[in-house]
Amino acid sequence: MNVIAEISRWAIPLLLLLIPVTAYLRKVPVYESFVEGAEEGFKTGVRILPFLIGMLVSIRVFVDSGALNILSHWLQPLFALLGLEADFAAIIPLAIMRPLSGSGALGVATQLINEYGPDSYIGRLASTLQGSTDTTFFVLTVYFGSVGIKKYRYALKLGLLADIIGLIISVWIVTKVFY
Amino acid sequence: MVNLIWLLMLAIGIIVSAFNGHIENVTISAMKAAELGVEVAIELIGVMSLWLGLMRLAEEAGLVKGIARIFGPAIRRLFPSLRPDSPALGAIIMNLSANILGLGNAATPFGLKAMQELQKENPTPDVASPAMITFLALNTSCITLIPATIIGVRLKANSANPTEIIGTTIVATGCAMFMAILVDYFIRHRRKT
Repeated sequence: MNVIAEISRWAIPLLLLLIPVTAYLRKVPVYESFVEGAEEGFKTGVRILPFLIGMLVSIRVFVDSGALNILSHWLQPLFALLGLEADFAAIIPLAIMRPLSGSGALGVATQLINEYGPDSYIGRLASTLQGSTDTTFFVLTVYFGSVGIKKYRYALKLGLLADIIGLIISVWIVTKVFY
Repeated sequence: MVNLIWLLMLAIGIIVSAFNGHIENVTISAMKAAELGVEVAIELIGVMSLWLGLMRLAEEAGLVKGIARIFGPAIRRLFPSLRPDSPALGAIIMNLSANILGLGNAATPFGLKAMQELQKENPTPDVASPAMITFLALNTSCITLIPATIIGVRLKANSANPTEIIGTTIVATGCAMFMAILVDYFIRHRRKT
């Protein structure tokens, strides 16, 4: 694992060194080309701004209202019926939040880890869940928005399907490995 | 579907706040979120400019093509509709590598770049192309080898073994990614025939 951690640590500095040096050796006007490319960053940032704001407002209003807690409260008997641990309902807000908002999910995961302890069932499950999927809904709206796609077709269903599979596998593997 | 989800989140949020007796929170949340959107976008402009500048250097030095040539054959199977020498392949590979290494803020610029390249090859500019959908399915379910942030949280919460969840994370995300690729493949084939 240390090897991978080291690669992550070195990846960006090495890219910052190797790409410009190689480009220079291949007679690319490095500074001018860099600036030319960087110009696109501004345009893209401005283009995704309305999509970011639109999504964040809706997500924040939903999350801050406490609707997630009510939902997990309703779902509790269902999980008891399925024979899952009573604690399990605590993970529901995180599972719903995960595809919506990265920072929101991290907040929920941090709270769960501190409340139940990092080495508890909920703590380990929250950690696994947080590390395993990305913010599908958010990525989709921003990425599609940036190039003007209005019809997503089956993209959202596919992304959310992957999230649900990630959730099921997380529950299974955490139970399998640690208990 | 996006329109409906967007509206539902907003409406449910407002209704629940009203029932809980703190309707004023809606105002605060909405304003704060709008401000946050600008903050995120501005921050992203900085990081994006850096990576897109570097990406341009890599392109002009022929490095992106080189990477696409090495990893292309595997990736290209997932994107049969792309031209074999498509510049999108390089950006897709860079995005996935950044995701795998857990370099989130480098992954987004490459991802948006990949979308721009994919859009150039999209015959219907306002409808998602199959290649875009495959790319986003890969992107959102992509394996991260070191989930650094959550390990940090566990460390601070005095975990006996903060890194013990790396294995379970890789298995969970690996299965999700595999299923996403598989289902995407079947959807594309069913639509073709």
